[in-house]
Amino acid sequence: MEKEKKIFIKGNEAICHGALAAECRCYFGYPITPQNDIPEFMSRALPEAGGEFVQAESEIAAANMLLGAAACGVRAMTSSSSPGISLKQEAISYMAGSELPAVIVNMNRGGPGLGDIGPSQGDYFQATKGGGHGDYRLLVLAPGTVQEAYDLTIKAFDLAFAYRNPVMILGDAILGQMKEPITPWKPSPVDPGEGQEWRLEGARGRKQRILKSLYLEDGALAGHNLNLKEKYARMEKECAWEEFMAEDADLIVVAYGSIGRIAKSTIRKLRKEGHKIGLIRPITLFPFPKKPLQELAREGKRFLTIEHNLGQMVEDVRLSICGLAKSDFYGHLPGNLPTPNDFEQPILQALKNES
Amino acid sequence: MEEKLINPRPTVLADRPTHYCPGCHHGTAHKLVAQCLEEMNLVQDTICIGSIGCSVFIYNYILVDTVEAPHGRAPAVATGVKRARPDKFVFTYQGDGDLASIGLAEIMHCANRGERVSVVFVNNTVYGMTGGQMAPTTMVGQKTTTCPKGRSAEKEGMPIKMAEIIAGLGGTAYSARVAVNNIKNLTKAKKALKKAFTAQIQGVGFGFVEILAACPTNWKMSPIQANERIEKEMIPYFPLGEFKDRVSEAK
Repeated sequence: MEKEKKIFIKGNEAICHGALAAECRCYFGYPITPQNDIPEFMSRALPEAGGEFVQAESEIAAANMLLGAAACGVRAMTSSSSPGISLKQEAISYMAGSELPAVIVNMNRGGPGLGDIGPSQGDYFQATKGGGHGDYRLLVLAPGTVQEAYDLTIKAFDLAFAYRNPVMILGDAILGQMKEPITPWKPSPVDPGEGQEWRLEGARGRKQRILKSLYLEDGALAGHNLNLKEKYARMEKECAWEEFMAEDADLIVVAYGSIGRIAKSTIRKLRKEGHKIGLIRPITLFPFPKKPLQELAREGKRFLTIEHNLGQMVEDVRLSICGLAKSDFYGHLPGNLPTPNDFEQPILQALKNES
Repeated sequence: MEEKLINPRPTVLADRPTHYCPGCHHGTAHKLVAQCLEEMNLVQDTICIGSIGCSVFIYNYILVDTVEAPHGRAPAVATGVKRARPDKFVFTYQGDGDLASIGLAEIMHCANRGERVSVVFVNNTVYGMTGGQMAPTTMVGQKTTTCPKGRSAEKEGMPIKMAEIIAGLGGTAYSARVAVNNIKNLTKAKKALKKAFTAQIQGVGFGFVEILAACPTNWKMSPIQANERIEKEMIPYFPLGEFKDRVSEAK
């Protein structure tokens, strides 16, 4: 791993830098706020890196272009924001069914419907529970800082190819538009041929390869879906999270992405005032880090999930601790930007709540 | 006298029983495509994009590397494949519901960008696999399960003429309409496919061939009646010919 000079960039740009470092060679996109920096950056940078940029006619087409490039074993990416991600779901389901590796970035904005262009975490269910039709999962990574946006984008490409599965990076408008200094690093070069006996390249001197999600023969789909289930179970070892001052805490705040970071600031302040509060910030949303939550619940800690929505991840938190501990929820509504002060009262209230 | 097979089965075409209905022209279209791939020495470098409908099983018959696309999206998938591997020969195989209805945006923009891909478009004026519903190409007066009194121009519009529409787009190098109802038309169809493929190989632009084909099952006709329908009803409305040919101009 080779470290480079610090640069001062937006979260959206960090994703592009990360994709280029990971040797992404195709990008397909369609403009939608608040992620337009990504297609704009890639339209300049990708041709220079010897890659291909296409502004598609729609999000639907962009996601299907991604499917085509992925079928060739080429590192490829698309990005969008909430309504655009809904349009991409058909292709994402096909990619999951055909086991194609691809990276999809969602800079979550407010919804449902057209909603607004401000930050939100309303797409948690869509990202982690399938999103499109059929029984499938994406690996979902949720960066909380601009540096992490860079790091996790590199990781997303590796995971996509390791599991032959689409990987989603779930950010939001705060992360996308926020500027921070980051230290880029270069991962080891990629061997595009390695372990890719499945990729399409023309049947020169061998039998044809077929990448498909249609299984009509008796029991064939059942077998395929069981293989997928085993693959999703293998992903458990990719679980990642940040633990902050949790050891001696009475209350554990669970929050991800930008909200996790803002909650951390609140916790820092309340710690100085003597309140024993800790944080678990899930970094992988699928697979969800159940184990650390279970362990903390067994130690008798209380929980408060904070999200920028009406309550979605809280269901996974409650499943993880499964009645072992008391669990509260505070949802900051989209349409305005939370500050660390906004979380003070909900946290102090949860600390007081006795079961 | 020694026998000579004038229309041999290409080796890239699988030697297996067909699943298509009696009199269906998909098998004929498959054979033509397979012959062109083999005669033009493309088999080893071809990536096929399968689509939805009866023809989804193209990969069971034409033994080349293949990826399945969602309904109507084959031209977008083909774009991704070609941009990722510009050195490969890329073609889609699509029906009329797929290409002229749900996938209209994808086919038009793919052609307009001048993607170096080839599209084989099988027009049998009906949704085949789903049981014979109305297609954008269904003829006025033709009865289907969703226009039981016959398609009406007032309510459902006129059948869409794709080869002419595609010819009008800037990135199109070649657009033609052919039929596979008799030997004379088969010969012309093969020539058109080769020109569309040449447009891609020579980097001239996007290549499109619309094939008028029979669906005797959903037309509720015998294969012979279906062939006659192509001649008497379809060709007068969907004229055969080349609507754009920048391949010959480029020579």
